[in-house]
Amino acid sequence: MNKRQIIIPGDVLSEDVSIAGDGTYVRDGKVYASLYGILSEHNKIRVVPLSGKYIPVRGDVIIGIVKEVTFSNWIVDIGSPYDGLLHISEYPRRINSENMSKHLKVGETILTQVKELDPMMKVELTMRDRRLKPIRSGRIFELSPSKIPRLIGHGGSMISLIKKETNCSIIAGENGRVWIDGGDCNIDFAIDAITKIEQESHIPGLTDRLSDFFEGAKTQENESDKEYEKESILDEILE
Amino acid sequence: MDKPEKFIIDGIRLDGRKPDELRPMKIEVGVLNRADGSCYLEFGKNKVLAAVYGPREVHPRHMQKPTTAVVRFKYNMASFSVEERKRPGPDRRSIEVSKVSREAVEPMIFTEYFPKSAIDIFVEVLQADAGTRTAGINAASVALADASIPMRGLVSSCAVGKVDGELVLDLMKDEDNYGEADVPVAMTPDGEITLLQMDGNLTKEELKKAVEMATEGCKQIYKLQRDALIERYKKDLEEHKEEVELVEIIAESEETSIESTIDNTDESGGLNDE
Repeated sequence: MNKRQIIIPGDVLSEDVSIAGDGTYVRDGKVYASLYGILSEHNKIRVVPLSGKYIPVRGDVIIGIVKEVTFSNWIVDIGSPYDGLLHISEYPRRINSENMSKHLKVGETILTQVKELDPMMKVELTMRDRRLKPIRSGRIFELSPSKIPRLIGHGGSMISLIKKETNCSIIAGENGRVWIDGGDCNIDFAIDAITKIEQESHIPGLTDRLSDFFEGAKTQENESDKEYEKESILDEILE
Repeated sequence: MDKPEKFIIDGIRLDGRKPDELRPMKIEVGVLNRADGSCYLEFGKNKVLAAVYGPREVHPRHMQKPTTAVVRFKYNMASFSVEERKRPGPDRRSIEVSKVSREAVEPMIFTEYFPKSAIDIFVEVLQADAGTRTAGINAASVALADASIPMRGLVSSCAVGKVDGELVLDLMKDEDNYGEADVPVAMTPDGEITLLQMDGNLTKEELKKAVEMATEGCKQIYKLQRDALIERYKKDLEEHKEEVELVEIIAESEETSIESTIDNTDESGGLNDE
């Protein structure tokens, strides 16, 4: 039962300093919790927060929104207390400084990656990767960044389940923004599923409940199909 | 109410409490949707609301510190919080309370984790009945935890006063107005004091005794703060007790790289590279 124990800042977690992980601090040879969240004991002792702001980490793939174009940088809102800087040389192609706003306008959404981070929290971004690109279709959905690992699930199990069931393409940015796209897929349905994950992420057995959620939706769909059939039969009779 | 002749009759105070008894406290966590962390707290007849925003960008810019977060604490009394309508807006008293309250919670926050950012704490007093600054500090530290801001621990706070020549814990309004002294104290769970003020006069021995009494009071309050935070998610966890065995371990899912989700994108189609 200890697996999902709720921890409050200042709780003593262990006397073994070597296993102190994220969300903890060490004082006088003891490990204390520094966050309000759920205890996780797996090699290292950690406290997983239930909410919180996105703090950039090097290598994170994130979704940003351009908020300013300067001489050689795009300033990008990355949903964090710190702004991201995308230098002109980090754009996928070589472009001229005068044409910057032709390629990425203010308000445009981009899939980008944190390239470098200094102690002053200057966040340098890059788009020099095949997978990174401007986002010009689909929808962006925002949830708490602390829920992203839950959305992806164990080995990507959760996100592939949603992808399979809704036929959408889903990319989860580490900063809590999720890009949902696809031809004739059901984006609203995918958002419902993600909302469910956000609300219930701290409750055990989430994957199973989500499978049930999709099962339930399917049966409902069938029923509405039947009703539709009935109606069309009725239409035929009336004609 | 006029000054009563006696505050303590047969060891019982005017509101029926014993000298070392706190007023009942009720704490609710996460009451505001738009705040990053929030808390509603009732302490006797006091009603306070605390909201925490941040870490977020610092405005005005010149306030930002290059290596740590700035903590800003704003204590405000609603104009309807006292019997005689209070002129709204900051005044000398509320500016002072804001300052000492900030100094009471700031040492507990790991400000060095968030350079160049701000953590804003707002405490709004909806109904006042003596000891609003202690109630505000208690609410603020719960709201900070709710906002998932890294902290060394929760701060708890309560006051000790002197009426009828006797030390009593947690003054209510009449005891505060007509009493001889009021000593608000805030401390960490380890008993380190982050706030100590004194209004009125106490002897050296009395002050020593007062801090001891406050320590006991803060311990009780810490328990209530803790329970309130646990209570928020406990119900959900208990409803799904039997499912616990089915759970995949969080840590493993945390370690999952985001790469796998992105690589799958191209297979699922519908996206064309620019």
